[in-house]
Amino acid sequence: MALETRPKFVGVLSCSGEEEPEGTIARNAVRLVMEKYRPGITVSLCLPLYLAGDSGEQEFAKRVPVIAVDGCEKACARLSTEKYSGEVSDAIDIRALLRQWGVEDELSRSHPRELEWELAERVAREIVRIIDRYIEEGKVAATNTR
Amino acid sequence: MSDKKVYVIPCSGIGKASASVGRDATYRVVEDLLPDRADTLCLALLTLEDEEAREKVRDNYVVAIDGCAKDCARKNVEAAGRAPDIAHRVQDYLKKHKDLKPEAVLDVGEGGRKLVEIMSEELAGEIVGLLEEDD
Repeated sequence: MALETRPKFVGVLSCSGEEEPEGTIARNAVRLVMEKYRPGITVSLCLPLYLAGDSGEQEFAKRVPVIAVDGCEKACARLSTEKYSGEVSDAIDIRALLRQWGVEDELSRSHPRELEWELAERVAREIVRIIDRYIEEGKVAATNTR
Repeated sequence: MSDKKVYVIPCSGIGKASASVGRDATYRVVEDLLPDRADTLCLALLTLEDEEAREKVRDNYVVAIDGCAKDCARKNVEAAGRAPDIAHRVQDYLKKHKDLKPEAVLDVGEGGRKLVEIMSEELAGEIVGLLEEDD
């Protein structure tokens, strides 16, 4: 039997985004993927820890495909991954997605209502679509999906 | 009272419910309790050496709120060139209020919400004290 050498996990790195509603959507979307949509295969990387120089987080990100989920065009999650661990496999810019979806409502960063949760769900499904593509393409071994 | 602003910067941890408590307490302080004097700042932006963010930290007061002992908020503020004026861990409040354990990251639950209230009230008091010292 051949030894499985492909990564077993997908790293999903959310921007911290405390200042912006899109940051809250990013964090909630990543948690939804981890808890509801693709538990077992998804590992979140803690951005501040990553930036604080945690070698475990940085090394992990070098070994698995990483999806950067950024709230805005400043792209802190993508840029930090590129700075410390190399290219990301995919990147999501939520502000750009909201424009694409025609969302013009004023959003809350602190008190997500039905709309913010719906948007977090939609972003989560975008992340899931990418993870499923990695599985289909054989980039990750889908042995951990529950 | 000083005209400086106070930037309350929580850690961005999305793996622990205590980080959610820290973030919720930050929002309560900057949006409800001291909206004219306090604001928050993206920690990641600060650490990626965004000049505007670093300037805010250099020229104003900073409060770091951490959700675990790794103290990422405090350390990232320090990496930007100064120690925070106030630094707390959510765990320190939890030790004093053991019955108010937050339940989950996405929803901290009733206990977590009560802890947010206690923490934010105490923080707001400390921040007012900090601003008054500068008079």
